[in-house]
Amino acid sequence: MRHTVYLSLMLAIFWLLNSGHFSLLMISLGILSIFFVLYIAHRMDVLDHESQPLHLTLKLPAYLVWLIKEIILSNITVVKHIWFDNKAISPAMQVINISQATDVGKVIYANSITLTPGTVSVELEGGKITVHALLSESLKKLEAGEMDRRVTELEK
Amino acid sequence: MMDIIMNISSAVFLLIGSFLCVSGGVGILRFPDLFTRMHAAGVTDTLASAMILTGLMLQNPDGLVILKLIIILLMTLFISPTASHALARAAMINGLKPMLDKPADHEGGMSSKT
Repeated sequence: MRHTVYLSLMLAIFWLLNSGHFSLLMISLGILSIFFVLYIAHRMDVLDHESQPLHLTLKLPAYLVWLIKEIILSNITVVKHIWFDNKAISPAMQVINISQATDVGKVIYANSITLTPGTVSVELEGGKITVHALLSESLKKLEAGEMDRRVTELEK
Repeated sequence: MMDIIMNISSAVFLLIGSFLCVSGGVGILRFPDLFTRMHAAGVTDTLASAMILTGLMLQNPDGLVILKLIIILLMTLFISPTASHALARAAMINGLKPMLDKPADHEGGMSSKT
């Protein structure tokens, strides 16, 4: 029930942001679409904590700020290597242990790894991620586990 | 006065974003194999698109446009890593071996960790 309310609220906001019209016709069309989407979501049985991670809502902004800082720093490193010494790269691949318990946490971690340029998660299986990195230093940084720790804190 | 500041900062964001886009393209040409090239494309995916969208937001700071641009930004931040992951995984499954600095590192890393 909580998830249904949350989803319909989100859909209503999304509709209003995208249309920006408040005439009777548009609003009723919007309500109709929201009910249609809710019906489909119930039939598909996808309304659960995975599609609506409510418990993350409060903690996510702080993590996003930290992630954006990391993305900017690693972007600068990669761009430097592109323009100045593209022979000095040291591509490496390694399996990294992860400490997240839930699937949502694992996906957040793998996506964060891919989102920072210079590291791409190639495979996620069980408690391990195979990571390909442009520079072997970034693998060492991942092994040190600051990002891992922050994502695990999100789950609690 | 406010208009001038907005215009200048928007232009700066757009210029940095364009430079990063070009950098991503140059990186794709310069790096040796698919996996390293994907890292170069990651620059275009993340910071470059974010910079260009921020520049566009500053062009029209009031109105619904800014919220729509924020939605586009969030969507790209969710979708592009998924696409990169699918690409890398498909390449691995089809047997493309990544070019590694130390060839022993891959096997050694695998066996010591598992």
